[in-house]
Amino acid sequence: MDKKKKRLVMRTVILAVLVIGIAYTIYAAATQDKTKTLQVGDDAPDFVLTDLEGNKHKLSDYKGQGVFLNFWGTWCPPCEKEMPYMNSQYEVYKDQGIEMLAVNIAQSEFEVQTFVDRYGLGFPVVIDTTKSVRNAYSVRQLPATILVSPEGKVTEITTGELTEQRIGEMLESIKPN
Amino acid sequence: MEKETVICTCGHENPFGTKLCEKCGNPLTEEEKNTKVVDMRYDGKAIRSKTYNKSFVDKVWNFFSSVKVGITLIVILLLAASIGTFLPQEMYVNAGSPIADKGAYYESVYGFFGKIYYMLGLTDLYSSWWFQILVGMLGISIIVASIDRGIPLHKSLKNQRVKRHASFMKRQRVIASGEVADGETTLNDIEKQLKAQKFKVRRDGTALLAEKNRISRYGPYINHVGLIIFLVGVSLRVVPGFYVDESMMVKEGEMVEVPGMPGYYFKNEKFILETHDNNGQLSGEQEKQGVNVVAKNFQTNAKLYKQPEGAVSGDTSELELVKEAEIRVNHPLQYDGYSIYQMDYRLGDLSGMTFKLMNKATEESYGELTIDLTNPSKMYDLGNGSSVEILTYLPDYDGFKDGQPVTKSPNPNNPAFIFMMKTPETPEGETSFVEIKNTIEPLGENQNMMKFVAPQTSNASGLTINKNSTLPILSVGGIIFLLGVAIGSYWNHRRIWVQITDNQLLLATHTNKNWHGMKRELDKLSEHVALPAYEDQLALTDSEDEEEGDQ
Repeated sequence: MDKKKKRLVMRTVILAVLVIGIAYTIYAAATQDKTKTLQVGDDAPDFVLTDLEGNKHKLSDYKGQGVFLNFWGTWCPPCEKEMPYMNSQYEVYKDQGIEMLAVNIAQSEFEVQTFVDRYGLGFPVVIDTTKSVRNAYSVRQLPATILVSPEGKVTEITTGELTEQRIGEMLESIKPN
Repeated sequence: MEKETVICTCGHENPFGTKLCEKCGNPLTEEEKNTKVVDMRYDGKAIRSKTYNKSFVDKVWNFFSSVKVGITLIVILLLAASIGTFLPQEMYVNAGSPIADKGAYYESVYGFFGKIYYMLGLTDLYSSWWFQILVGMLGISIIVASIDRGIPLHKSLKNQRVKRHASFMKRQRVIASGEVADGETTLNDIEKQLKAQKFKVRRDGTALLAEKNRISRYGPYINHVGLIIFLVGVSLRVVPGFYVDESMMVKEGEMVEVPGMPGYYFKNEKFILETHDNNGQLSGEQEKQGVNVVAKNFQTNAKLYKQPEGAVSGDTSELELVKEAEIRVNHPLQYDGYSIYQMDYRLGDLSGMTFKLMNKATEESYGELTIDLTNPSKMYDLGNGSSVEILTYLPDYDGFKDGQPVTKSPNPNNPAFIFMMKTPETPEGETSFVEIKNTIEPLGENQNMMKFVAPQTSNASGLTINKNSTLPILSVGGIIFLLGVAIGSYWNHRRIWVQITDNQLLLATHTNKNWHGMKRELDKLSEHVALPAYEDQLALTDSEDEEEGDQ
């Protein structure tokens, strides 16, 4: 190769490597928060938690079913308000391939049981004692609702109170065909 | 044919832009021919970028190769970085501030200026794209400029000829010329003496080149390599897995998953705060600072557990204890590249309450019960047909809402209970609402009451989780940087050329810095070999002399 051409190739390669490196750094820095938190479209992180009856619920066991995950605490008034709505919609959809799991954040069994008894909740309520599932789903604010498709993908992440109609629509969206 | 080469009188073809012939050192440009002392910065080599400026890539290359551009970038970066120090950056303003919105926070604390500052994005300046682009451009500038200057310099130093053109030698700064008695002997003597002065000496007929500390010329380039490694290390921080900085508050007895450390669980066994015993007397320093108690030890007894490989979140059935540690100041729990430090603590959180079930009139006790506030039981059997049932537990009681007592947090800051008390005398049971310092009997006058006996308290440790895998890279970069500085500063590249033709001696010297040192070498040489006196063609004053130097 002629000397001038070789020099041009070298310069192009060096500049390209540098520009790509810098572009990646800037991109990674800008999307750092996004890669750390759960996004719609991600695989739903698998977990296993125990409900008040002592039954273990493993997310991956529900593959083929739509899963409605609700993170809540007894101290959170909007959580409390949407629970009865969830309960009545659960009655409608439970035989249509929908699983509903309410994940309590690290409260005592007694408090959770009292709450469940008061509202007569029919869906399983599990307690995330070590807050590991909350971390895995990057839940910061309660109530948080995450929809998992029958394929195990996150299809929606919502924080804040839900209306009964909205819950119905959400369940409809993850119903297996 | 383009103007590609410059042919020297010695017949050597030099690249266009060369100031001094690569082979013999003869000045090639009019400018160099007319100066008294030649420019030896890059040994007269053509700086590559200054000679080709054709394609787009060449133009970009030449832009970054420019020292002026590099310095401009440094100045802009310094100015920008200093603007970022006007107000605290976002990551340092209190996350627990009552004002959740950062913009409102800056406005309320710093007024209009704070608002503008926030709106311009200066509160997160160092992670802004434009700041990072500037740093990146400086990185490119350092690399390109070093390649452009370092490689030609290296080639020229590697291919030095012993015999140089007389006009090259005469244009060096410190030279000597004159007649010597016996050319051959003198040259041999010079060689012997310069070798004793630790010069590397080469001979080519009647010419001699002595050289030492050539590595000094590479100092700035070594220094730049260190700088680039350092920059790479800093930018690796944003690559997932290289850098973790999280925090958590863990109560005694509590086990939580460690944020930023998936699969690891942390149990706080005990938090200990020890203070120095004053022995009834305050030390002078304590009095001066107005403190009564001085802490001796902050300690968290901790256990770190790990899930087996492949276990999913929340599966704590097969945790393996991997580390047990007493975390103290400067003694973090360290495991697998992570360090867990103490940052904060909370003393005396309410963790349990002991009550006595007793008859209000006779104060006769039916027994005591202790309620674990983090995990209360439903039923407490006191024996002899007496029992207490908790109907409702509110860890952080906050009044009634829509006829229901509510709690505002899951933490037992202000516990309240609704008890169902049963005794042989009241088998139907009596309901009592008990909160701290207050008891309500919602369903009529009771015979019995729950009397508060004693609280149990526990402490909590605030911890941060740190991992920084970029530190080794940063230290390697830093060490190379300093090495480059030292090599460039404390070593001097010294060269002496000697030619003797017909007993006529011509001696020239060059050094990249410290001409005093160069002259001392010549003085020492003259003590052993009879030489004509040397002459400094620039004859600067002493102070100017010290500042003189080049790459």
